[in-house]
Amino acid sequence: MADLTTDFLGIKSPNPFWLASAPPTDKEYNVRRAFEAGWGGVVWKTLGSEGPPVVNVNGPRYGAIYGADRRLLGLNNIELITDRPLETNLEEIARVKADYPDRAMIVSIMVPCEEQAWKDILPRVAATGADGIELNFGCPHGMSERGMGAAVGQVPEYIEMVTRWCKQYYDKPVIVKLTPNITDVRKPAAAAMRGGADAVSLINTINSITSVNLDTMSPEPSIDGKGSHGGYCGPAVKPIAMSMVSEIARNPETHGLPISGIGGITTWRDAAEYISLGCGNVQVCTAAMTYGFKIVEEMKSGLSQWMDEKGYTSVEEVIGRAVPNVTDWQYLNLNYVAKAKINQDDCIKCGRCYAACEDTSHQAIAMSDDRTFTVIDEECVACNLCVDVCPVENCITMEAMTPGEVDPRTGKVVEEEYANWTTHPNNPGAVAAE
Amino acid sequence: MSSPMTPGIATARLAADALAENFDDLHAPFAPHEAAVAADRCYFCHDAPCVTACPTDIDIPLFIRQISTGTSEAAAKTIFDQNILGGMCARVCPTEDLCEQACVRELAEGKPVEIGRLQRHATDTLMAKQRHPYDRASETGKKVAVVGAGPAGLACAHRLAMHGHAVTIYDAESKAGGLNEFGIAAYKSTDDFAAREVDWLLGIGGIEIKTGMRLGDELTMESLTHCFDAVFLGVGLGGVNALRNDGENKEGVRDAVDFIKDLRQASDLATLPVGRDVVVIGGGMTAVDAAVQSKLLGAQNVTIAYRRGRDAMSASTYEQDLAASKGVRLMFNAQPVAIHGNGAVREIELEYTSDNGSGLTGTGETVRLAADQVFKAIGQTLTTDGGLDLEGRKIAITGAGRTSRKGVWAGGDCASGGDDLTVTAVAEGRDAAMDIHATLMGLDG
Repeated sequence: MADLTTDFLGIKSPNPFWLASAPPTDKEYNVRRAFEAGWGGVVWKTLGSEGPPVVNVNGPRYGAIYGADRRLLGLNNIELITDRPLETNLEEIARVKADYPDRAMIVSIMVPCEEQAWKDILPRVAATGADGIELNFGCPHGMSERGMGAAVGQVPEYIEMVTRWCKQYYDKPVIVKLTPNITDVRKPAAAAMRGGADAVSLINTINSITSVNLDTMSPEPSIDGKGSHGGYCGPAVKPIAMSMVSEIARNPETHGLPISGIGGITTWRDAAEYISLGCGNVQVCTAAMTYGFKIVEEMKSGLSQWMDEKGYTSVEEVIGRAVPNVTDWQYLNLNYVAKAKINQDDCIKCGRCYAACEDTSHQAIAMSDDRTFTVIDEECVACNLCVDVCPVENCITMEAMTPGEVDPRTGKVVEEEYANWTTHPNNPGAVAAE
Repeated sequence: MSSPMTPGIATARLAADALAENFDDLHAPFAPHEAAVAADRCYFCHDAPCVTACPTDIDIPLFIRQISTGTSEAAAKTIFDQNILGGMCARVCPTEDLCEQACVRELAEGKPVEIGRLQRHATDTLMAKQRHPYDRASETGKKVAVVGAGPAGLACAHRLAMHGHAVTIYDAESKAGGLNEFGIAAYKSTDDFAAREVDWLLGIGGIEIKTGMRLGDELTMESLTHCFDAVFLGVGLGGVNALRNDGENKEGVRDAVDFIKDLRQASDLATLPVGRDVVVIGGGMTAVDAAVQSKLLGAQNVTIAYRRGRDAMSASTYEQDLAASKGVRLMFNAQPVAIHGNGAVREIELEYTSDNGSGLTGTGETVRLAADQVFKAIGQTLTTDGGLDLEGRKIAITGAGRTSRKGVWAGGDCASGGDDLTVTAVAEGRDAAMDIHATLMGLDG
């Protein structure tokens, strides 16, 4: 069995699966159950300043997007930070951490953008014995209108300033949680780094309206006939999050900055992908909210099996392995030529590949009277759409052509050498290959 | 070559290719795409009803999720952690009465997640790919005798060996496997699966099998308890109930379990004799297995005669439907009263029955069925009790298989309680092993 132990910023946990700051980590009862179920760590649901607790709506807080068979693919929420008294949370955090010293305990914090507010809360958080803090600069609803959450996360200067205060008044690791509701995520990440952040975590939720009730004309979740945008999360956001993670991982300015990956992690594979893109660990919320804490068992067994199969002995070895292969379009090899191939033994003759290719792509699939579907190599540009719409995994594959063969579509010999757009003759700005 | 119409008992009623087709896997293994689609239907229920319904408590939602995330080996490990004979149970469990009956999608749509076939997919994947997946703990120096190499004995032996004990399994037959090897319809355990599973299970190490050793004959309780630190009895039910009818000794009347055993051990099914008109007496799985296989061997007419109504039949609705689909006639409320024939059976006389609330009684009205072969499948009995206390007609046990004698445990069909299923035997063997382990190591504070 591969070793799943991780050391993130010096914080050890028995596995890389942490529960993200969210409803599942709002109180002692849940967090104890999570640790008993085997989670490696938690980020406690965001604490606010001393004073009257925040108030939540008293109607639906969540809305959902479903795939086939009512599989939950995306969830949005309009819940705010913890609505329980600060002192209660702090006492519980201290108790749980004391009972589970081997698990990571991070405290998420969101207080006003004033130095005194941070100076007040940080010593109290430190006193709990928690392993670190995460700055919630991402929550897109409710708190942002009060100048907190995403309102801070969208202004790099604020991020840098607040991070610096935290590093000044708190001596354990500081993780800055980033909002995706921004054009270029590299900017806030760099600001966090300049402020002294030990790591960034991303993504927080995305502004969203999941559906509109066409009878009442109210967005969902609907509170007395009205709805507000909420934070979107779950499997549907994973591609967006992974792109943002990769941008930070490969940006020279932030390269090497530890990252905690968040966004739709549901299976071991999702986690492995995030880790390969540079994350030192991952945070999970929607999967736990959909399936319960037990879901972590599959994540652990699957990651372990995969690492064994690949010969990786520690999570550390996987971190960032895919980062060198994330590049810009202009550096992709234009001499690489592939063709789709349909395995007739696996084909169930649904014709989805044909409809997709014939109607919307390159008319590169032929259909016979007996519903046999074959690729026309003279037309196939290897766009992959047929693979993507085929209901049978691996029935259609993309086969790379061997250098020296003639591409029947272009009539040109497939070149062995790598050549990209920067040197392509059609590029007015092409530079001569050296 | 003979045909289904050939009178009397005859071999080779069907051509070799027809026999091969008839005795092929009842349920073909899932292709990868089928497994993915089937696994996707699982809701990952909390405190799942399917797990509650499984005698071995396999974490079904977890293993199905592991299949759906492409880690069937991890899924198999989840299964084997609870049930080391998970491969056989995937083939023979009456899932329609257990996990799949409890599945929430059975409630919602009348179509449960196909748990049995998914379990087979996972266990087949691992068994085809890997060495034995468990490591044996260091030797404890303790010796345990397991009597009976059936599901209960094998599960017990494996768990004991895993904890470092040295296990000797004794079995009366010439090879291990018990009912997995000698009972159970052939189309549920194709390609010599029972024997392959035993070989794979023995990969744990620390288990020695001695065949041809029967308790009461070659083995005595005294010598076992003297030579070993603990004894587990998983001897099953070796005897068969008699019909107590006139003519029971006529040629052509035999125990269904013997017929099934011959069939399972036959290297060429065409050499196996079967009647043109076969009547099976009984209402359990053995009756169905014998009847269906008679039909598949080429018998022209096969009837299961059961003395009670359909509701009381212990074979599941699924098994009844399977029998009917193969052309077996199910006859209810009919009990045998006499077997007729001059030397060999020619007819069986059945009396109709009714149950007016005070027990089953014959109505006095009888019917005769043509029969050149009659199989008795009206229940099996304990043949060796080892001098232990009995409860009913089985070895009395308390807790995890403790018998009336200190240092002796029992489980499976020979022990009291339980429901005579393979999966129950596995659970009892496993649990007894844990109790033996705790006892031997002084852990049972």
